[in-house]
Amino acid sequence: MLPQTVSFYLVPGSGVPAYLQLVQQVRQAIRMGVLEVGDKLPTVKEVVAQVAINPNTVLKAYRELEHEGLVEGRQGVGTFVSHRPSGPPPSTQTRLARSLERWVDSARAQGLGDEAIEALLRSVLSAGATARTA
Amino acid sequence: MSGPGARPAPPPEPAIATVGLGKRFGKLWALQDCSVSVPRGRVVALVGPNGAGKTTLLRILAGLSSPTTGEARILGRRPEQSEQFLSSIGFLAQEIPLYRQLTARQHIDIGAGLNPRWDGKAALDRLGAVRVPTDRAVGTLSGGQRAQVALGLALAKRPAVLLLDEPVAALDPLARREFLASLAAAVAEQEVSVVLSSHLVHDLERVCDFVVLLAAARVQLCADIEEILDTHRLLVGARKPVGEIERAMDVIRVTQTARQSRVLARLQSPIVDPWWEVAEVGLEDIILAYMGRDAEGIEQEIVNLGATA
Repeated sequence: MLPQTVSFYLVPGSGVPAYLQLVQQVRQAIRMGVLEVGDKLPTVKEVVAQVAINPNTVLKAYRELEHEGLVEGRQGVGTFVSHRPSGPPPSTQTRLARSLERWVDSARAQGLGDEAIEALLRSVLSAGATARTA
Repeated sequence: MSGPGARPAPPPEPAIATVGLGKRFGKLWALQDCSVSVPRGRVVALVGPNGAGKTTLLRILAGLSSPTTGEARILGRRPEQSEQFLSSIGFLAQEIPLYRQLTARQHIDIGAGLNPRWDGKAALDRLGAVRVPTDRAVGTLSGGQRAQVALGLALAKRPAVLLLDEPVAALDPLARREFLASLAAAVAEQEVSVVLSSHLVHDLERVCDFVVLLAAARVQLCADIEEILDTHRLLVGARKPVGEIERAMDVIRVTQTARQSRVLARLQSPIVDPWWEVAEVGLEDIILAYMGRDAEGIEQEIVNLGATA
């Protein structure tokens, strides 16, 4: 048997419903190229045996992904990645992640904490959004 | 298309249905006027403070105790001490009943002789998957491992309904998580409805999709968890008299200060009154609010700000 493609985790008390956390993790894995078109998602049983959640939560997450057109359920076989979400390819993501890492390193070196970094990022993002709509 | 004369299939019997169920011990009612209906295939959290009647309800459902009033049905059948009924029910009592000198494998062999639909191989596979030794006396295993053995035995019966009384209360957090993961895997694999009792909801929230809440020997809440989360909201606003708030909505709990009213309410439709700031509430807070309700229904909490008189 092939080893499982991805594993899930849940952040309790994050306020994000469990099914949505699974959806986000699959989306992210596809975006990052960890999951490719044709890859099989873990079975419901595999997921619940790992993270101790209700099987319906996993089914709901997989239905949502199917609805978004990212995965495809095949009766009796499993759920497979069928599409990549729109956006740049994984290589671009990786390149951007690296330059962001360098930026974070320099921000930390200059004494910024994680909270300050997040606040800064948010303000730049929202400034960008305002500039675009203006 | 159904042909002429074909009748629509009757709706499937709920996993559990009780009407006006009550149990009296001497002068004390341990359970009163308990009417619940739980669809099949759900994982139910039976929650409530200690002494709320959880064990009493589970024992009636398992056919171990007969009600003083009312009626219980499991998959349409009345609980009783018959082989046919008991073979469809798995019941795990609080004090995990195992023979300490025997191994898990011996327990599984004994079960095979007593149960018609016994799946001993699945039980061994399941214990193997969570690395519980099956050839050591059960008394030498850890609490978490013993709980896994008991769960494996309860599932080997291939029950249609599995009743677990405080299964994780005595376990450490890791063993608790592993136990619930095994249970969730079993639910994904075989068609079984599960009821787990606990005085904490926190443990069970991830695994369960339905809540039955008992407090003061009565049912306070019986609903799907998503529905509970969708319909309950916390409202905060400038102080209003309690009577006025109660007329406008289904109030679970009100906290009044000199200036402010804070209300946990069950809403039929989204609230549009600009008086209130509306926030979502977690399951644990909702459950605690119901648990705190007094006999008349609504808990009122007056917060004395300690203003200098």
